[in-house]
This record gives sequence, C-alpha cells and structure tokens, in this order.
Amino acid sequence: MHVMAQMGMVMNLDKCIGCHTCSVTCKQAWTNRSGVEYVWFNNVETRPGQGYPRRYQDQERWKGGWVRNRRGRLRLKAGGRFKKLLTIFANPVLPNIRDYYEPWTYDYEKLTEAPLGDDFPVAQPKSLLSGEPMAIEWSANWDDDLGGAPEHGPRDPIVERLRKESEDKVRFSYEQAFMFFLPRICEHCLNPSCVASCPSGAMYKRAEDGIVLVDQDRCRGWRMCVTGCPYKKVYFNHRTGKAEKCTFCYPRVEVGLPTVCSETCVGRLRYIGLFLYDADRVTAAASVENEQDLYEAQLDLLLDPTDPAVLDHARRDGIAEDWLEAARRSPVYRLAKTYRVALPLHPEFRTMPMVWYIPPLSPVVDRLAETGHDGEDAANLFGAIDALRIPIGYLAELFTAGDPAPVRGVLQKLAAMRSYMRDVTLDRPHNESIATAVGMTGGEIIEMYRLLAIAKYEERYVIPTAYSGEAHQLEELGCSLDVDGGPGMIGSGPFGEASGRATPVSVETFHALRDRQTSDHIADPGERGARINLLNWDGKGRPPGLFPPPRQTPPGPGDLTAGGAAAARTAELGEDGR
Amino acid sequence: MNWQDVLLWAVLPYVMVVVLVGGTIWRYRYDKFGWTTRSSELHESRLLRVGSPLFHFGLLVVIIGHVIGLIIPKSLTDAAGLSQQAYHVQALLLGGIAGFCTLAGVAILIYRRRTTGPVFMATTRNDKLMYVVLVAAIVAGLATTLLGAAGGEEHNYRLTVAPWFRSLFVLQPDIASMAGAGLAFQLHTLIGLLLFTIWPFTRLVHAFTAPLGYLFRPYIVYRSRQGGPAARPARRGWERI
Repeated sequence: MHVMAQMGMVMNLDKCIGCHTCSVTCKQAWTNRSGVEYVWFNNVETRPGQGYPRRYQDQERWKGGWVRNRRGRLRLKAGGRFKKLLTIFANPVLPNIRDYYEPWTYDYEKLTEAPLGDDFPVAQPKSLLSGEPMAIEWSANWDDDLGGAPEHGPRDPIVERLRKESEDKVRFSYEQAFMFFLPRICEHCLNPSCVASCPSGAMYKRAEDGIVLVDQDRCRGWRMCVTGCPYKKVYFNHRTGKAEKCTFCYPRVEVGLPTVCSETCVGRLRYIGLFLYDADRVTAAASVENEQDLYEAQLDLLLDPTDPAVLDHARRDGIAEDWLEAARRSPVYRLAKTYRVALPLHPEFRTMPMVWYIPPLSPVVDRLAETGHDGEDAANLFGAIDALRIPIGYLAELFTAGDPAPVRGVLQKLAAMRSYMRDVTLDRPHNESIATAVGMTGGEIIEMYRLLAIAKYEERYVIPTAYSGEAHQLEELGCSLDVDGGPGMIGSGPFGEASGRATPVSVETFHALRDRQTSDHIADPGERGARINLLNWDGKGRPPGLFPPPRQTPPGPGDLTAGGAAAARTAELGEDGR
Repeated sequence: MNWQDVLLWAVLPYVMVVVLVGGTIWRYRYDKFGWTTRSSELHESRLLRVGSPLFHFGLLVVIIGHVIGLIIPKSLTDAAGLSQQAYHVQALLLGGIAGFCTLAGVAILIYRRRTTGPVFMATTRNDKLMYVVLVAAIVAGLATTLLGAAGGEEHNYRLTVAPWFRSLFVLQPDIASMAGAGLAFQLHTLIGLLLFTIWPFTRLVHAFTAPLGYLFRPYIVYRSRQGGPAARPARRGWERI
C-alpha cells in the first residue's frame, strides 16, 4: 500500500442554476488572454446537450482516455507510444477550433463612427483569430437552457446511445421532462491519460496533492494531451504553442483558499477536500473488465482516513499530520464514500476522475409536483424515480457507465433526505423507516442534510495548506501557467510573442497593489499595472479598480443629471472600498 | 588557396558551430517558454495532415541520406563492392524522392500558412526568414541531387564535399577539395551553414527536443512541488528553526 493524498471536488448538481459565475470568474483569473480566448477551464453545460467542445464524450471519434485490451492491460485509446510518435507531425484526432468555437469580438467602433443615415449602425462580429467578419454559429455554451434542443439535442452522444439501446422507441420528448446543468473542470484524475499521452513528459501529477499540471517550460506543443484527455480539458494556447489546463487554482489551494470557481459559486454547490488513496492499486482498479464495475473499483481505492492502519501507512509515506486531520474532516470523502451520493463523471474512460457529482433529484420532484402529487412524500418519490426511467438512464450513462443501480440508490437517498427532513422541520415524529429504506440511520440523514444544505465555508472547503515548514517558499512557486503571454508578460521577446521571460504573478501583484495603495485616485483599470487580479481576491470587500469608474463629468451647481449622480456614487464606493 | 576559400570553408563552418551550440545553450537557458513547435493544427488540419508528415518524414530520410553520403568514405563502399554506378542510382532514387517529398511538403505548408487567415496571422517575421532559408536549402539540395544525376566528376560530392566535411571534425579543414566542388554544392553548403546558424533563434529548435524519451518513461509522471524545504537557501528572517 502506498498512500497518497488527492485534492478532490464534489458538485451538488441539484443546486446548480446555470448562472456561469464559476466560468466567468475562472476565465477572468486564468484565461483572459489572447491565445486562450476560446478556452474555458471551467464551463457549465446544459444536459441534454452536446457540451464543449462539441460532442466531446464521443470517444469513438475523439479517442480520449484508456481502453482495456484483450490481455486485460490498459492502452491509450488513441494508440500507444510508437503510434503517438509516428503521428506527431499531424495529430489525426485533434479537435479543430470550430469544435470549440471561433472566438470573436464586435466592431463597436462602427456604432459611434458610422455616418448619419436611415439605418441603425450594427456592431459586426469579427473573428479574434483572423480579424475577418464572421457569422457566429457556435460557442462554448450554445445549447444553454436547451436552446435549439430539437436541432442540437439529438446530437448529444448520450442521447444517441440511449436511443440505440432502446431501439428508437424513445422520442426526444424528455427535454420537457428534465434538464440540468453540469459544471465541468479538469478531473485531476488518478490515472490521467493526458499525462500518459504527453511525449515530452511536461505534464505531471503533483505527488503532494494530486493536482495535474503542465510544465510550461517543458511543453513543446506536440498536442497529444488534448487528444488524450477524454473530457477535453487540456487546451492548446495557439499563441504560445503550449498546452494549458485547469490548475485547481493551486496558488490559492496551497494557502488554504478554495478554487476561484468554488469561491464564487452562487449556489455554494462545490465542496473541496482531500481523499487518501492507494496509489499502488490505481492501475489494477482502472483495468477491471466490466465498465460498470469501475465506479466500485474507484470507491475501493479511497482509503478510510479514520482507519489507524491507513494512518500509519500515510505517516510512513510522508503525509503530514495536518493533512491527515484534513482528510478526516474531508467533505468530499463523506459525500463520495461514506454516504455514497457523489458519483464520478464517465468512469468508463478509465481515468479515475476525482471531481464527483451528486446527480440532480429536482427534475423528478418537479415532475411529480406537476402531476398533482406530493413531490416530497417518500413513497411517491421512490416510485417516481423508477417511473422516470429516462432520466435515470441518462444520468447512469454520465456517471456509472450505464448502470442504473447506483444512480437509483443516490436519488433514493436524496429523496429520503427530503421526506425525513420534512418531518424534522415540521416537528412531526421522525419516520425512521424512511432512513432504513435507503440503508441509513436518521442521524446519518441529518448529518448528510447539514453537509448538503447548510454547511458553512469552513465545512465545504477543508483545504490543508502546503506544509507549514515550507511556508516561506510559498512566496513564489516557480511554476507554470501564470507565466504566459498575458498577465505577467508585457511586450514580446525576440522570437515572436511567445518567447522571453515572463514576470512572475506575485511580482505583478506586488506592483499592482503598491500602485493602488500609493496613488490618490481610483485605479484606472485601463492601466496595465492597476488591473485587479481575481486570483488573489478573497471575496472580501470591493477592491478599488474592480469596476471601471464612470466618465467623470464635473457636475454643475445643483446639477442632478445622471452623470453627476454617478460621479457622487463613485466617490462613495471609493470610500467604502478602502 | 585564396582568402575567400579560407573564409568560406575554414572559418564559416566553425563560426556556425559556435553560434549553433552557444545559441542553443543560451536559448535553452533563457527562453524555455518559447521553445515549442508553435503548432497551428488547431486552426487548420486538412492541408497540414498531408503537408506536415510529407515534409517531416521526407526530411528524416534526407538527413539519413546526408549522414550516409558525408560520413561513409567512398573507399568503404568500394571495398564493400558497391560500384560508383550502383551507389549513384540508389542515392539519386532515395535522395530524389525524399527531397521531392520534402519540397512538396514545405510547399503545401507554406501555401497553407499564406492562405489560412489565422495561421498567417500567427506567422512572425522570424518565421518568414526561416522559411526563406529553409526552402533555399531544400531547393539547392535537390538541384545538387539532380545535377549529380547528370554525372560528371565535379559532381561527385563523395570526392569533394565529403572529405572536407570529415576534415572539419579533426580541425584540419580540407579547403582544397571543397573549393574544387561544383558551384551548386558550394551554394547548398553555404545555405546549409546559414540555416544552422539561425537555427537556435527560430522555431526549428523544437527538433532538438524530439521526444524520444517518451518510448522509455512510465506513462504517469509524478512530480513533487518544486524542491523540498532544503532546495533553496533560507532567506533572512525565514531560517528554519
């Protein structure tokens, strides 16, 4: 047994309202640069839908992840080492920019500069890649809220598979029955196929916390990782020629702050914590014959952080005491293994993903309420979960390689929790039979309810800091994504835009902070040094410069026009922002 | 032996080596982040899928051909019983086909680069200069191969260019044999020297990091956060207790 720690995340899909705040803040923090305009480390997809990039789940086309060969060994689906090197000059299964979307901006200048005429001037969309006018046909979020579902929905790979299985009896009517949102980040897999695909060895899994990163100094742009990742969560920066991916906001996590997507999540649906797992058994677990056993095999890898034998091993393997304490308090371990309500996304890709999802129950409840039944009655709910077979089948294709039993189990637990808690809230006698029906006790249900419904910040995010003994090194961790063509780097080096040394992010932050604190006016976000870096904003207060100041027009005496009022308001904001 | 010959065939090659080695070391130390293929496959893959393998595989064969032609002395192949005629035919076939593939490949790639908007926008001046030198080297090389097919003793590079090439390594440049080579060979050699001189400063450096190690490493790479506590000297005020 070799115990390793893994930073993991659980998302409670019942709470996701599809507001995309996580995506937007993530983009502001990490990918607001040219070269990665099309890149969303965090994106939110509407299900059913094609996702981003288009139909990424269809591995017959994109060849991501692992497959088990006849001898029971794992093999990269896109081919082994030799095939990788032979196809290195032109990767045959790299998604095109159009499979993501062609990034664009609008020609706003036309709005103000168009000559006076009968027609309204229009801001024409222009491609950010070629600068040419373009027609907007697709984006990261095209089928949001089932927009265009009759056209795009049937192309959802999971819908296609379900249809094939039920011999076309299923019509596409269930977009009326349910829809839910699926926020996705990098899965930081235990058996990452992107890392295995990287010819240069630039991608790695961090031994301390399992975060999968790209070493920007060693990446040579062979772009095999993009193919290797079945979730298509490694992206190619077309300006720097390097791969970039979700970093689990490692600069934040190392100092105990949750990721930007979690910090800003409006629904508070994300949980971050540690898993302890047995690294020696990962390959064996990922190679089990039946795809539907992969979920159990993955659960089996997770070690009980309260087991003294596990703790002994963990200490021997160099895991610090405060990390073991964090593992004991880990909300993600409780949700995934203790209560078994969180499921991995597409375990059949055999990468052992470490971002888990609590499948949504609400479509079932809503559906029940619409038909005039009591949507929170345990008996009604249990019956409805099975009656609405298509949602279960769909969820099973997403989370358990098509096995409906675990999904049904989770939904029943969530349903039981609602019914049980209704009695608690209404001061009625607690009905223990509801709890026992799903294999839990009333106490456990209340605990689970607390974690799912009212857990505070400290309970949702149990993040041990990087070792206190190493704390002085946290000033500047010399790694990867924050050196790029963007936030840190000004101008271009001698070999094109991508070359040259970049300013480390903390140096830039230091200067920005000093400029803000020593200047006697509100920072102008247009100035490069004054930009707010959301990466190290902890959500407290409103730093000056976060919002651009409205144009200052000196108000005349007694002038109460909009301009004057706005200026007055800005002055106030400036005061309380300090 | 006049001073031009000394300059061209005894000084320039060593200048090239110094710039190539020194430049590569300098670039590796100071511009690792810029060390990449700068692939544009994301923008366009249809032409790339034809042109790029054609160019790269053609080039690999061309490199093998150069190694055989320049390093193996004529006396060795004569001893092995390979007649000049037979050697000539195989070199012409192999070299001609590979050279043509390389040229066709690079032509497709340049056409693609010019006509695909986003790819052209991602092309730097540095790239354009590199393409000029690269294409010139390929064209001159292909010309020497075809001239070689025409026959003639002055076109037998194994008696002129190859001895000079080998003599460079023992630091006693055989200037006379190179000066006696045909003009096409001299031109190709000079363009080649220029190509290797600018090599470290262009995107061509990606060839130096061809990922052969991939064949021998384990699939999953684990790395510790950079350095342990002892990796850096403790700064004032942060000494370990």
